[in-house]
Amino acid sequence: MVVPTLPAAPAIGRDAAVRANVIDLLQSVVDPEIPAISIVDLGIVRAVTLVDGQLGVELLPTFIGCPALELIQAGVRERLQALAGDPASGVEHVNVTISYAEAWTAARISERGRAALVASGFAPPDGGPQLVALSRPATCPFCGSRRTVLENAFGPTRCRSIHYCTSCRQPFEQFKDG
Amino acid sequence: MNAAGSELLYALADDDFVLGFADSEWTGIAPHLEEDVAMSSLAQDELGHASAYYGLLAERTGGDPNRIAYDRPAEAFCHSRLVDHGRGDWARTMTRRWLYDTANAVRLEALADSSDRPLADLVVKVRREETYHLLHGQAWIERLANYDGEPRRRLIEALELVGPDAPSVLAPLSSEAALVADGILPVPSVELLERWTGRVAPILAGLDLALPAPAGAALDPLTARSGHGPAFQALWLEFNSVRSLDRAATW
Repeated sequence: MVVPTLPAAPAIGRDAAVRANVIDLLQSVVDPEIPAISIVDLGIVRAVTLVDGQLGVELLPTFIGCPALELIQAGVRERLQALAGDPASGVEHVNVTISYAEAWTAARISERGRAALVASGFAPPDGGPQLVALSRPATCPFCGSRRTVLENAFGPTRCRSIHYCTSCRQPFEQFKDG
Repeated sequence: MNAAGSELLYALADDDFVLGFADSEWTGIAPHLEEDVAMSSLAQDELGHASAYYGLLAERTGGDPNRIAYDRPAEAFCHSRLVDHGRGDWARTMTRRWLYDTANAVRLEALADSSDRPLADLVVKVRREETYHLLHGQAWIERLANYDGEPRRRLIEALELVGPDAPSVLAPLSSEAALVADGILPVPSVELLERWTGRVAPILAGLDLALPAPAGAALDPLTARSGHGPAFQALWLEFNSVRSLDRAATW
């Protein structure tokens, strides 16, 4: 049987594969303040680019003053370092930058991310306009009740607010819209 | 970057940096635990915003944001007279926060359309975070105003002390003409001040309070952001106390 010889993959094909691989690798990088969910599912990876051997990863901060941002950047660099050492990847250098070109909002959290938040005892953000979401009772991640009250719009970290469920009498936190 | 754009970035950054540091003094000693958490978050936001503005400055001048923030003498800071006051008691802190947040909101609303694209992008994000500040400040002003006796008395004292300096946040910078001509500041300062007064005065009137008349020094570009007082000298020493031990240290 004759196996047809495939033409050498064009560079664009390889670059797309490298970018997909990068996204896979970043599935294991987390925000240390929300370790239940990867930065990909959190929606803070805005873009992955590969130009002339320069692999660029653009991150959107959930909150500008997020103290975990430098740790996340370092985590991304560390995770992708192996690519830069692999000649087959075409990656020579990894640049991880913070971008404000668009604002991170809770709408960027994936379905899988929302499920992971609930499973770890966090109410996911409610979506919708920020002010409406603030005035609406959060859904209790433990019993699913909406008979909850906002205790404090400011929580233990900048991206978390504190709530109390009057149905199961459990305090809980919500991941806040940035 | 042109000098006008740079002056604006320094003003935005220094306002948030100085207010953020002053407010962070409440961490651990706010009137109750929930407020301790809230105040620490507000302060953290301001420092975060300042750091982003210093970051823009650093990108454009090839400098380092930390050096811009810390390695300047106290007199080189160009924060407004409003945030130059010490934090005072809780009523003064809340009053100053509310006056600052409302004035800053008017300024940021205009800057969201700035011809300085990276600044405009950043401001969109900052404004979303400031929503929480505005709600917090508004709730406290109403709470203090609606309790006769000590809370209301302290609020009135605070308004009389820091209120006349509030317009310093929106006073024109020395490069106002260039900022407006280049579209970096799409709305002239005079109009920003009118907008702010138009929003804040009715809220105070609804609480049977009056917005104090502006101090002359708060409106003059030569004095609105200079001549810092002893409260800031002390704060400057405080926020430089660790860094000045070893400026070359890495973290």
